Amino acid sequence: MVWAKTGPSRAMNRLIDTFFNTAIMWQYLPKILEGMVVTIWLALLVVASGILLGFALALVRSLRWRAVNLLIVLYADVFRAVPALVILIIIYFALPSIGVRLSGFVSAWLGLALVLSAFAEEIFWAGILSVPHGQWEAARATGLSVAQALRHVVLPQALRITIAPLTNRAIVITKNTALASVVAVGEILYQAQAGYSFSYNPSPLTLGAIAYLILFIPLVWFGRWVESRFAGKLVGVK
Amino acid sequence: MESLLSNFLNMKILGEAAPYLMQGLMMTLLLCLIAIPLGLIGGLGLALASTSRRRSVRWAAIVYTDLFRAFPPLVLLMFVAYGLPFLGLKLSPILSVSVAFLLNTSSYYGEIFRAGIESIPKGQTEAARSTGLSIWQAQRLIVMPQAIRNMTPDLISNTLEVAKLTSIASVVALPELLYAARQVQSVSYNATPVIAAGIIYLLLLWPLVRLLSRFERRAVLIR
Repeated sequence: MVWAKTGPSRAMNRLIDTFFNTAIMWQYLPKILEGMVVTIWLALLVVASGILLGFALALVRSLRWRAVNLLIVLYADVFRAVPALVILIIIYFALPSIGVRLSGFVSAWLGLALVLSAFAEEIFWAGILSVPHGQWEAARATGLSVAQALRHVVLPQALRITIAPLTNRAIVITKNTALASVVAVGEILYQAQAGYSFSYNPSPLTLGAIAYLILFIPLVWFGRWVESRFAGKLVGVK
Repeated sequence: MESLLSNFLNMKILGEAAPYLMQGLMMTLLLCLIAIPLGLIGGLGLALASTSRRRSVRWAAIVYTDLFRAFPPLVLLMFVAYGLPFLGLKLSPILSVSVAFLLNTSSYYGEIFRAGIESIPKGQTEAARSTGLSIWQAQRLIVMPQAIRNMTPDLISNTLEVAKLTSIASVVALPELLYAARQVQSVSYNATPVIAAGIIYLLLLWPLVRLLSRFERRAVLIR
């Protein structure tokens, strides 16, 4: 790139050359696109399995077996309190020493899904609790089984108020897929960093940042829309 | 079971790792003490800007909030730590982490504050104003006390996230708890330090998690 002779435009050119170097960006574009596909897959798998597991745990908890519930609460507390990165690193770097070897991708999937399931369980459980106990009793008194009462009376009301907090939590977790770069999963940030260290130019990082914006700006807006659409239902479950 | 204990909770290695973990813990606490107040102040500024009468100020606040909520924090950190030096801005690790955290957490806190302020109907401000209170008094005496109550659970939740987030500083070699644990792990070939770090995080943040659950339940009861 030819640098102009005058001061300010020269600085500008240098900025562009450093952060928006088109030649380098073009070179690493395929890798970043590959990374986007991995990020999307990882995010979809994490959200689907995490929410499903959280839902299952909340359902089991609603049966109110004391010992089981204690375990579920412990599980939810542990995976909400320990940072996701620590969990990823334990799964990827520590489990092999007892013979459990998981790929980076599976480690990231498992780790993030566990974290999401813990939050999802708490959100679903708060939703179930929000349905007054009298409704349970009334449903049971009309002859519905526990499962039927849950399915036809409690869940339809409980699920509606979980939508906003669950959506927000899921979006936060999908952003955590960037942590997978630490366990060598070829998602966006990993590819961007690799490009940066090969070319010794931050343009691949810029490209990665743009890729994240393309994926996540719509999600941020979607989250805000969901929040305003379902707002006022339940304060404080996030 | 034996191999599990010797690999995951090896007392000998734990003893050797303890001083490093303690140092790491101190750094983690320091990071929390920097990141949480910075984020709160930045967020408050953003929330005030988003209620400004000037359209340009409002829009700037919204663009900032959405932009920095869209980036994963680790991406921001990478950009600050590896990108800025190319502009001649060589920040120390702790400063890069602080800048990246400020950008990220202020946008989250800002969104919480904004929602909290908006949760109080405009009529209340108008009523307060009509009784002769100044704008500032109306905010301080009428709007804020209610808004703060509404947003407490979200503030706790976000503060928990920020505290956990400090662990990503390990990626740019800032010697906080996780970094220290990984260092000891790599010289001892034993997972104990990392497990211990996990347990320390758990003990540190468990009260916050419990508090959060309590607020969630209370929110349900109010309903």
